[in-house]
Amino acid sequence: MQGLNYTFARSAEEAVAQFAGAGGSARYIAGGTNLYDLMKLGIERPAHLIDVSRIDGMDAIETDGEVLRFGGRALMADVAYAPVVRDEYPLLSQSLLKAASQQLRNMATVGGNLLQRTRCMYFRNGAGSSSMVGVYPCNKREPHSGCSAIGGVDRTQAVLGTSQACTAVAPGDWPVALMAMDATIETLGPQGARALPIAEFYRLPGDTPHSEFNLNPGELVTAITVRKTPAGRRSTYHKVRDRESYAFALASAAVAVEMEGATVRAARIALGGVATTPWRSSAAEAVVTGSTLTRELAIQAGRAAFADARSGKQNAFKIELGARVVADALIIAAERRA
Amino acid sequence: MADEGSTKTQTAGVTRRVVLATGAGAAAASILPLDESAQAQMPSAHVETGRKVHLSALINGQRVSLELDSRASLLDLLRERLGYTGTKKGCDHGQCGACTVHLDDRPVSACLTMAAKIDGRQVTTIEGLSTGQDLHPMQQAFIDNDALQCGYCTPGQIMSAVACVTQGRATDPDAIREFMSGNICRCGAYVGILAAVEQAAKVMEG
Ligand SMILES: Cc1cc2nc3c(=O)[nH]c(=O)nc-3n(C[C@H](O)[C@H](O)[C@H](O)COP(=O)(O)OP(=O)(O)OC[C@H]3O[C@@H](n4cnc5c(N)ncnc54)[C@H](O)[C@@H]3O)c2cc1C
Ligand code: FES
Ligand code: FES
Repeated sequence: MQGLNYTFARSAEEAVAQFAGAGGSARYIAGGTNLYDLMKLGIERPAHLIDVSRIDGMDAIETDGEVLRFGGRALMADVAYAPVVRDEYPLLSQSLLKAASQQLRNMATVGGNLLQRTRCMYFRNGAGSSSMVGVYPCNKREPHSGCSAIGGVDRTQAVLGTSQACTAVAPGDWPVALMAMDATIETLGPQGARALPIAEFYRLPGDTPHSEFNLNPGELVTAITVRKTPAGRRSTYHKVRDRESYAFALASAAVAVEMEGATVRAARIALGGVATTPWRSSAAEAVVTGSTLTRELAIQAGRAAFADARSGKQNAFKIELGARVVADALIIAAERRA
Repeated sequence: MADEGSTKTQTAGVTRRVVLATGAGAAAASILPLDESAQAQMPSAHVETGRKVHLSALINGQRVSLELDSRASLLDLLRERLGYTGTKKGCDHGQCGACTVHLDDRPVSACLTMAAKIDGRQVTTIEGLSTGQDLHPMQQAFIDNDALQCGYCTPGQIMSAVACVTQGRATDPDAIREFMSGNICRCGAYVGILAAVEQAAKVMEG
């Protein structure tokens, strides 16, 4: 790890100005649970850290009844336990509570969570301390060096959204729930403030898997907003892992439904643990919308979500597991009281 | 191939036994002389190579003001600089919970907390949990319930367990297990740990 400057920003404007003043190798640091980890692994090598975890007001959790608004540095624990989130948007609360551990949720922020890097073991374990390419080639870590996971140990790799260059899974749970709720991300950057839909925030790996987010250098996530929808309450975040807690998803589904009796009026379905980005499935939504929800239909929706899936050597099980996770999530959500 | 390998080992002239003996000797040498002159030398043995940050924090009720390398973790600050070795380093990557301490009364992983972040804040480690000679009810409960074997994970377990009760999450066995899942025990003392949290919860909640 190289020597670095460490400064605190008191306002979003000050953070952006500090970033501009620091030149190329600055990074914002919030909880540091991902960034500091990657610095220890030699993957991130910032020369200047700008701590945004004390920015005035950027930890607010508020609602005007129509829109929920989370400050970019609000802690995962605080958002998960906020009564309005727990009661009105179970899927948002659950996506946070089923992530990491209570210690980490006291440190990690909902803004930093959007930008965490993959847990692909070739990405994380390959960076040599002396050479940039490292032990295992990884196109995400070192552009154009190759992908060790393709043809390698691929049990946890993605089956949706993959490319010839990368099959790494998008690790976060919270972004999957936000994807189902059509959240908006508010930023402040050198070019000013903007708001973009979460669907436009993540990039498919394609030929450039190192470029994961549609965020410009120095752009700070100031807030995340979620519109109130009738589907908020009848929702769930269903997550299947190798152990029951404190593990990343093998397959997960964020589902919210609007019901009329046993008929699905509208459905929102997003997948985690199986794709290279948080993954919305309009194909699965189309299967259930306007129909009576049965176990068979729910499984059919799950299968539709994986129609385009492509597996490697050891991860084909994710296709069946993922379909069942979607089906279970649909049933759980529909049975919740509106 | 095997021959070649063994020749190499021999020409290097170092056997595993020699390495072990030397390592143990070196470790003993640095631990044993705890007289005052050795302690007085400790600060000068401390080499900071990177940029420095100044920080002032309340650690176990004591005001600490110092300069340290901006890259340091809270865990290394506690253990290497301040001698609070009760806090353990298991994985150094947020994956085991051995380093759990309280930052402003909330559990955090000290290994993934950059030390610079604690400026102006309060840290409590296992050493600061009880005052005087009395054990904290959670410490007593861990003893009463045999909630440990090797004990390496125990300080972290206890710091999480205290928060589990004070945050009102020790409502039933599943809730306790879920809250405590960030603390891994390689010895598998989970049954005792659960019993300890249940016992202490009764005492702490009066
Ligand atoms: C052992 C372990 C288990 C975990 N398990 C899970 C899990 O099951 N599910 C899950 O979802 N996550 C899990 N995580 C990941 C964790 O949730 C993330 O590390 C965390 O959310 C990142 O937030 P942070 O505030 O610590 O970000 P940081 O580490 O501070 O930053 C992460 C990135 O975001 C950037 N950044 C931070 N804040 C901003 C901002 N406001 N604007 C612009 N850029 C910003 C930083 O520059 C950096 O690039 C786990 C982590 C660990 C260590
Ligand atoms: S040492 Fe910090 S979590 Fe393992
Ligand atoms: S008692 Fe040995 S690791 Fe828990």
